[in-house]
Amino acid sequence: MPDPLQLARDFMQHLPYVRALGMTLTQVAEGRAEVTMPYDPRLVGDPASGVLHGGAISALMDSASGAAVMSHPAATMATATLDLRIDYMRPATPGQRIIARAECYHVTRSIAFIRVTATDEDETRPVATGTGAFTLERPTS
Amino acid sequence: MTRPRPEPVHVVKSRREAALQWLTGGVPFVQFLGIQFDRRGDELTAILPFDEKLIGNPLLPALHGGATAAFLEVTGIIELAWTTLWADMEAGRANMDRFPPMPKTIDFTVDFLRSGLPRDAYARARVNRSGRRYASVQVEAWQDNRARPFAMATAHFLMPPPPGQTAE
Repeated sequence: MPDPLQLARDFMQHLPYVRALGMTLTQVAEGRAEVTMPYDPRLVGDPASGVLHGGAISALMDSASGAAVMSHPAATMATATLDLRIDYMRPATPGQRIIARAECYHVTRSIAFIRVTATDEDETRPVATGTGAFTLERPTS
Repeated sequence: MTRPRPEPVHVVKSRREAALQWLTGGVPFVQFLGIQFDRRGDELTAILPFDEKLIGNPLLPALHGGATAAFLEVTGIIELAWTTLWADMEAGRANMDRFPPMPKTIDFTVDFLRSGLPRDAYARARVNRSGRRYASVQVEAWQDNRARPFAMATAHFLMPPPPGQTAE
């Protein structure tokens, strides 16, 4: 029996943008996923402070959300973002890795609704939170 | 009535290009994505040249939603910083020897209208409201056809403090 985390991780490593940003799927369960991205000076948005660009963090949150949808028992390994709203709470601390945890909290026949939180090494204070709607492809049987 | 002689065109162009370069050239993430800016007067069009690393779905293939979102966010921030800088820059009052003060994203909402094709993308932003502290910006991105955007975003930003003042 192949390990579901390993399968999902291999799948994600085949997505070029995920690889370019150095993201790794660190946990996956039914409708939940956790994706980690190391600090990388190439992803800095404010050169004066060394803080990561919001766009790099939203990419991480989008990926974690997509992984959460694909891991949902009702879904297949295909999804697309319909909309994503991200609130930035504070700048990520330079030098620290970012973790995004996404949860697919409701699914309809064709839509998955997700919540996602990003933190740096201080996991008590979120860097960003988000909500989104993703397409849900049900298996054809 | 006389008006001052207009500046020679090359002076105007090189001043504006230098300011745009100052805003965009030093941001690592903008360079990482390969985003360029085409300037016509004060109008900016952001260009995201296609690159294999931007793919999120290799089967279709389609651009990663995170790449598209980042492109829209970069376009919004640079447009806002550019319109804020414009008057001082034109008057020769802008101090461009430090890092540019960047607006900070408060929130960012993106609608994905269709999948991003594996080719160049373009985006323009409009600053709907820009105050002393907050700004609201809309961004639209398209590929082949200007009338068929593939993603749109609305974002709010916290403006950097004016020179000489410290951040709160």
